[in-house]
Parts: sequence; structure tokens; C-alpha cells
Amino acid sequence: MSQISETPVLSRREWLLSDRPQSRLQARLGRAYMTWRRFSSNRLAMVGLGIILLLVAVAILADVLAPHSPVIGNLGGARLLPPGSEGYLLGTDDQGRDILSRLLHGSRLTLLVIVLVAVIAAPIGLLVGAVSGYAGGWVDAVLMRITDIFLAFPKLVLALAFVAAMGPGIENAILAIAITSWPPYARIARAETLAVRHSDYIAAVRLMGASPFRIVLRHVMPMCVSSLIVRVTLDMAGIILTAAGLGFLGLGAQPPLPEWGAMIAAGRRFILDQWWVATMPGLAILIVSLGFNLLGDGLRDALDPRESGQ
Amino acid sequence: MTAAVSIDDLVVDYDGFLALDRVSIEIASGESFGLVGESGSGKSTLLRAIAGLAPVSAGTITVNGQTLAARYRDKAFFRQVQMVFQDPYGSLHPRQTVDRLLLEPLAIHGIDNAEPRILRALDEVGLGASFRFRYSHQLSGGQRQRIAIARALIIEPSILLLDEPTSALDASVQAEVLNLLEQVRRDRQLTFLMVSHDLGVVTHMCDRLAVMKSGRVVERLSSGDLASGKVEQTYTQELMVASKGFVRRVIAPAPAG
Repeated sequence: MSQISETPVLSRREWLLSDRPQSRLQARLGRAYMTWRRFSSNRLAMVGLGIILLLVAVAILADVLAPHSPVIGNLGGARLLPPGSEGYLLGTDDQGRDILSRLLHGSRLTLLVIVLVAVIAAPIGLLVGAVSGYAGGWVDAVLMRITDIFLAFPKLVLALAFVAAMGPGIENAILAIAITSWPPYARIARAETLAVRHSDYIAAVRLMGASPFRIVLRHVMPMCVSSLIVRVTLDMAGIILTAAGLGFLGLGAQPPLPEWGAMIAAGRRFILDQWWVATMPGLAILIVSLGFNLLGDGLRDALDPRESGQ
Repeated sequence: MTAAVSIDDLVVDYDGFLALDRVSIEIASGESFGLVGESGSGKSTLLRAIAGLAPVSAGTITVNGQTLAARYRDKAFFRQVQMVFQDPYGSLHPRQTVDRLLLEPLAIHGIDNAEPRILRALDEVGLGASFRFRYSHQLSGGQRQRIAIARALIIEPSILLLDEPTSALDASVQAEVLNLLEQVRRDRQLTFLMVSHDLGVVTHMCDRLAVMKSGRVVERLSSGDLASGKVEQTYTQELMVASKGFVRRVIAPAPAG
């Protein structure tokens, strides 16, 4: 068989790494692939990513994986069984509910909290910070003083006040955490904006006649996004802990929802005799927090604009 | 000939420091005008003042018969006047492909036919379509400056402000970029206002030039005068000597101490 095409056929890898991309898609994928290569060379970051992917998988498949119902227990025959008991791998709690099943279902709540907080808080912080940094003057002063006021309160105390005012429940806990976690993002976005606002490439866009709105949205914000992603990922552990803290205090998820913080609170009463009731959800929180921290560290190395720029 | 740019008694005041002190120049349409002077003489400030990037405290700037406000510039102004920056490493957005960079001015001004325009603009600056989807870090300094020129030209301005467009490039690339600028000026009958500290570049590129020192115009010359050394001011003569580069002189050996 004779070779018909004259151009050498590129492997997928060569296609991605080509320094003369042929299309918008190839350029974008090539850049993403470079980031992925930097990220995947970091073994701890891959462990973090594995933990988070596992969490997502567990949350999706909780119904299939859980051997028992997370809310209906066996009060008669299975109260406070130790880990390793027959049919109850991680033991049972004081209502005879399987702790493993509760943990598996609780991953959904954890994921819900994380995703919603990130979706609410990060864009607010990004917008406030970028506008404040680019506009300068009194706009900057007003926005940053508001940010300062939020920063002056301890996060958990402010969240407590919000939840106390709005009533306990998982939705209000999410809202409270989101409201208290945007100020650091605004600070980061502002710092990044200040670094780029006097650069020639922003002046060049201005000289094309772009409106300030367009400059902030399309030229300044993309420069802030990567450091913001890193910060949000590193904050995830704190968000989980805050949610667990609110749950522990009875202001987050309400019984019988299997929220991990609330589960620890329930196990507190017999922590010395039946240690597993409080320890198992504690371990779950620990592992997921660790996963997000490792992931965040890896992302910081992979997304650092100062390194990926060249 | 009508004046494309006319500047009258322009003063730029940075908190008490006069970066420009009553500067007046007039540039005819289709002319290439040079501004020379040492660092800090105010030549770049003059460009930035025209573009609306420097605080004008007195004087008037008139472009194509329209007198501009001190700070505000509208979209119509930017369709007439574009600028090429000194440092090609800083003037291209690090997160955008060449395609995005060239698309942006078209999108801002609502110009259609983006696809053929981008290809034509790349072609005009001597870069093929293969450069279209590269990021700026995948380009050399000379290629970046070509992209910057393509970006300035894509909305078809009549006046181009050039802020030392070749001083960040090495000698061979400098010549390429200067030839490119010469050619687009001839093809499109553009008016150039070019800042440089390199007298050779200005003599080559410009018909007339003004010599600036400490925010003032000290002398106006034609490039022919400069080439033949017909200058009046001692400052201009010093600049000419300086531009000839380092001259080795015989120095008597110092007595051993």
C-alpha cells in the first residue's frame, strides 16, 4: 500500500504539543494539556485529585454502595455496635444506624456545601476585587472597606450570627459560609488586578476603545482566575470544617440528615466508651480536607501564571 | 496639506513636574514625523497625551480637524489613531492567542468579516496563517511586534503613534520591522508620529523631526539637515555624537602611584 497523504500523521500527543496550532480548539487543548502535564507530574497532587474523584463517585453512587438506609436504624438489635460487627463494617450509632451508610450519604451533603459555596463566593469575590482594583479611587475605597468589615469578624462567628438570624438548616448554613468566605477572594483578585492594570497590554486594549466593563471582564479577570482557583481549592478544607462546625453546633444540617459534623456532635456523648461513633465521620472529614489541600497545592504549581506564561 | 495632528502649547503636569512644557508641533497628513531626545525628555509623554493616557493640564490637541478633550477619547478617535508600544513582550496579553488579540479590536468596533480581515492582517505583516492560533509566548520578539502592528492596523487608522517600536529588538529584526512600517505607510498613506532615541532610525524613517529636551522642543529639523549635520543647537550636536556610539580615545597612561 502506498502512502497517500504527504503530511506526517501526528500522534495525539504531538498534536497537543504542537507550537503551531491549526485551530482555536487545538490551541486551547494544547494549553490545557501542558497544565495537566505539570499537574500530573506531582504525585501528591494526584493523590489529592484521586480522593476528590472518589468523593464525587461515592456521592453519585451512594444509593448503590450503602448497605443500609442512612436514616432508618435497627433500634432493637443493632445499637452502638463496634466496627467490624457482622453487616456493619464501621459499626452503628446510638440509633442503630449503619455509620458507613451514613458517611456515604453524607458525602452528598459535603459536596453540595463545597460546590454551592464555591459557586456563590468565588464570583462575588472576583467581581468585587477586579472592579475595585481596576477602578481605583473612591470605588476601590468603598468596596475594600466593606471587605475589611467582613474580614474583621471571625468566619465561624459571623456564620453563626447569620444562621442564628435566618434559622438553622443546611441551606442557610451554605449561604452563611458563602457570605463569610468571599472577602479573601476579593483581596486576591484586587491584588492581581493592581499588578496588571498598568501593563502595556491593558493600555493597548484601552487604546482600541474598549469600555472599562469589557476590559475588566475579558482582559483583567482571566489573569485573576488561576490564583483564585488555587485559593478556593485550598479553602475547601476550611469550608468543610466550617460546615461541620455549624453541624456540630446544631445550626447546620438538621437530624436525621447524615451530615458529618452533626454526626460527630451526636457521637460526643459516648466518645469514651463508643469511640467509633464520633471518630468515623471525623476521619472522613480529615481525608476529604487533606485531599482538597493536596489538590490545591498541585494546582498552585500547575496554574502559576508566572511559570506557565513562558 | 492639511494637518493630521496639531498640538498647541501642550502642558502635561505630573504633580508639579512638567513632563511637557508648552509643546507645539504640527504634522501634515501622510507625513512621518520623528521625536528624538534623551530619556525623560517627554517624547513618550507626548504620544501618551495624544492617546489620552497622560494628564493634560493646558493646551490643545487637534486630530484631523477635531479638537480633543483633555482626557476622554471616544471610539471614533481610536479608529483614526492607533499606537504601537515599545516593549512587544508587555503589549500582548499573555493568555490570548494571536487570533483573540486581532479579533478584539474588530469586536470592539463592531466590524464584520472578522475571518478574512484577520488573515489579511497577518499576511500584511509578513506572518502566515500558521501563526494565528499561537500564544504570545510562542512568538519571538520580532514576531510579537509584527502582531502588535497588525493589531493596530486592523481597524484601519489613519494615524499611527509609534513609541520606540524597535528599541527592544535586536539589530537585524529592527531593520525588518522598520521596513515593514515603511511599507505599510506607503501602502496606506498613513501618518506616523514616531518616538525614538536612535537618530539613525529617525533619519531613515522620518521626513521631519523635533528634538526634545526636558519637556520642550529645542529644535526642528528635516531629516536631510540631520544627515548633513546642519544643526544649530549644541544639544542636538551632542545627541549626534552620542548616537555614533562609543568612540575609543587614546588616554595617556596614568602615572603609577
